[in-house]
Amino acid sequence: MDHSIIIEKGIFIFIIFAITMVMAMYSTLAERKVAAWLQDRIGPNRAGAGGILQPLADGLKLFSKEEFLPDTPNKFLFVVGPAISMSVALMTSAVIPWGDKLHLFGKDIILQATDIDVSILYVFGVLSVGVYGIMIGGWASNNKFSLMSAMRAASQMISYEVAMGLALIALLMMSGTLSLREISLQQHGMHWNVFYQPVGFIIFLICSFAETNRTPFDLAECEAELIGGYHTEYSSMRMGFYLFAEYASMFISSTIIAVLYFGGYNYPGMAWAIENWGVNPANVLGIVVLFIKICFFIFFYMWVRWTIPRFRYDQLMRLGWKMLIPLAIANIIVTGIVILWADGKF
Amino acid sequence: MSVVLIIFCVLSAVTLGSAFLTIFTKNPIHSAIYLVICFFSIAGHYLLFNAQFLAIVHVIVYSGAIMILFLFTVMLMNLNKEDEVHKPRIQRWAAAIFFVLMCVVLMLIFRQSKPIVGPYDTTGEDYQSIKVLGKVLLNEYMVPFEFASVLLLTAMIGTVLLSKKEKK
Repeated sequence: MDHSIIIEKGIFIFIIFAITMVMAMYSTLAERKVAAWLQDRIGPNRAGAGGILQPLADGLKLFSKEEFLPDTPNKFLFVVGPAISMSVALMTSAVIPWGDKLHLFGKDIILQATDIDVSILYVFGVLSVGVYGIMIGGWASNNKFSLMSAMRAASQMISYEVAMGLALIALLMMSGTLSLREISLQQHGMHWNVFYQPVGFIIFLICSFAETNRTPFDLAECEAELIGGYHTEYSSMRMGFYLFAEYASMFISSTIIAVLYFGGYNYPGMAWAIENWGVNPANVLGIVVLFIKICFFIFFYMWVRWTIPRFRYDQLMRLGWKMLIPLAIANIIVTGIVILWADGKF
Repeated sequence: MSVVLIIFCVLSAVTLGSAFLTIFTKNPIHSAIYLVICFFSIAGHYLLFNAQFLAIVHVIVYSGAIMILFLFTVMLMNLNKEDEVHKPRIQRWAAAIFFVLMCVVLMLIFRQSKPIVGPYDTTGEDYQSIKVLGKVLLNEYMVPFEFASVLLLTAMIGTVLLSKKEKK
């Protein structure tokens, strides 16, 4: 195999890893700042200018805390739980197209770690494996409340995966491909999928909230009923990994929403920019645009968290099974009829 | 040794090892987790065939859905040694005899079959293209495919009926 492609992809994966980590780190600060802003407070402002070093201080605090190990017969699984959560949260970024391509060193570099044919299914596969981190950690804690919380998280994620997949099928029927790069390319020139699939987008967005365990679906961390949730028994950096994985998966799910429904790196007038400014500046602007979209959705997650109270568990299940799934199936049928009608089959 | 062969050997060792551990572990949850590892290594075998679609669907369906529900049930039942129901001797004997008979049947089947042993290689055949797969499924294998979906639908209706409470 060509050695340069290994080096190229290696550097690229390293950069993505660093970006995901930094985004997750600063999401913790952003969350506190947004919460403060919505509640008319100031928020953390002691570490660095305007609190810019706060995530580093938090990390240092977590690292230097005592590592507590509960009296459990499954010490190995107890340690493995957070590790699974963290590694799964970082795996998805491999198939996301971060930009179109750059022309560097006399060749085209495609801004995607790997372009597999079934990348959207890969995202779903990783997502469905992510439950194991929570379930194994919650069970190995040897604590009834942790177990209850892990059960809640698992059943919630499985239930909403169904509606999420069905919402996506309507989109895939239109695009006719499972490759995220192809889907991005098809949305060139303001043909963003959100204009064609508004219902599917809303279902997908709601399910993303449930999949990342965020309010109003954060029943797994319902402190009034369950102490602290599945990470009750965790301390130090092990708990830090669980919290960090939540923010990393929030970043990734914002990215997926932006790529699938909001055109990815496409922006209005991109064709004009490529013609007049050249390939590189136009595509760098594309990356910046993608990150602006991602930041908006991260902000949206936080906005909802500090605005809407938590659901009750039966309400959560009713919403998932009795409302979102029938709606998603109706959406598929309508999309199918419209596609056939547009082809002139009727 | 080629890289593919080394990967195949490691994967096979993991598959067989985790499969045996699934049976021999006393703790039901550990045994379920070993089964999950076994499923993952089987997905790795599919990837060696360059069948990406099959591998990922295998992970989603088996590891991502079925085994999670399985683990879920086992965790909630909280099976301990003390709770284990003592089974009568005749049941144990019956289980052993049926297992031996099953083994005989399986061994006879393997003896009679004519296995096609092909080399593990990447021929560039487009197994992974979902377009090809979809066309084959809905043209060549239309009837079995539809039968499978009817079977799944029946199972689903049955589950809903079973879980429904009787009206008083």
